[in-house]
Amino acid sequence: MCQECGCGNGGGDVKIGAHVHGHEHHHGHEHGHGHHDHGDHGHAHGKQTVSLNRSLMEKNSLLAERNRGFFKAKKLLVLNVVSSPGSGKTTFIRETAARLGANLRVGVIVGDLATDNDAARLRTAGIPVVQITTGTVCHLDADMVSRAAGQLDLDQLDVLVIENVGNLVCPADYDLGEDLRVVLLSVTEGEDKPLKYPPMFHSANVAVITKNDMASAAGFNRELALANLNRVSHHAQIFELSAKTGNGMKAWLDFLVQQRAQV
Amino acid sequence: MHEVSIMTEALRMAMDAAKSAGSTRVLKLRLRIGSLSGVVPESLQFAFDVVCHGTMAEGASLEIEAVQAACWCETCQAEFDCVDFFNECPRCHNVSGELRRGRELEIADVETS
Repeated sequence: MCQECGCGNGGGDVKIGAHVHGHEHHHGHEHGHGHHDHGDHGHAHGKQTVSLNRSLMEKNSLLAERNRGFFKAKKLLVLNVVSSPGSGKTTFIRETAARLGANLRVGVIVGDLATDNDAARLRTAGIPVVQITTGTVCHLDADMVSRAAGQLDLDQLDVLVIENVGNLVCPADYDLGEDLRVVLLSVTEGEDKPLKYPPMFHSANVAVITKNDMASAAGFNRELALANLNRVSHHAQIFELSAKTGNGMKAWLDFLVQQRAQV
Repeated sequence: MHEVSIMTEALRMAMDAAKSAGSTRVLKLRLRIGSLSGVVPESLQFAFDVVCHGTMAEGASLEIEAVQAACWCETCQAEFDCVDFFNECPRCHNVSGELRRGRELEIADVETS
């Protein structure tokens, strides 16, 4: 297991929706044994160096591109929403879906290590949702998203929101096939988050400062946060809002409508 | 961090390459890891030992080539080493966000027998 967050071997414990798949991981193990005895065969003698020069993310990147093409054919705007745990992803997504209303129909794929609490919160609001519980894995990958998307009626949707596992490190490396990566920074978290987690903030197309109704209570230094965001996420579009009060939501929703029109 | 997932993928690619080459053992993997890849080399080593256990790569060694991140300065038409994604060129002090190297997560080659 990895030391920082307990992330495990990809896929083994992943469960999607209401179904429990028992994915057996046979690969790799049967090989290696049984072949040892042929060591003296003509074809397997001596040391050799095989040059690869390939990305370790290659398999995920290919699956992500496949997802992207599929989603585009379905005319879906796809968002990958990432943040620390507790930045308000679920409330932000719920309010986005509710305020878009019949204008744009939103479906959600939610990733968490365990529980379907977030999915239940969204389902209660009438939003089509599929939960992925990743077990020990600290991020969603393109394959999990592909399998989860199959459980939504995508033809009835205009926007697919993927709520990633709350984690500002690992999800940065995994393209899911999204159109936009949306990173949230809540006013209660500290203005230096972008500096502490630059790969994630740098990879985002959109940065959203959330819970801005609590800014003064939290002693939030807006100028400093914006300066830090502009330094690391310099190409990202920035929104400041409170999903709870609705303050600033209009600009974000208008942006989504405009982005959806371009799909 | 997700070093175990990444190492699992590296091992899969190494074993596929070894089998294609008609080999039965993986002796050594060489990875290229950028300083801004978000992956910690020490954790990769730890994950490597775990994922190789019981495979044709059991006992193999891991070599990690660290790649220093570099930005491109448009003014100087040259690269400069950098510590994050947005840096000042040490020559002309213009700011550049054009990263040329440093995000590598690659398998360079694999030694088999």
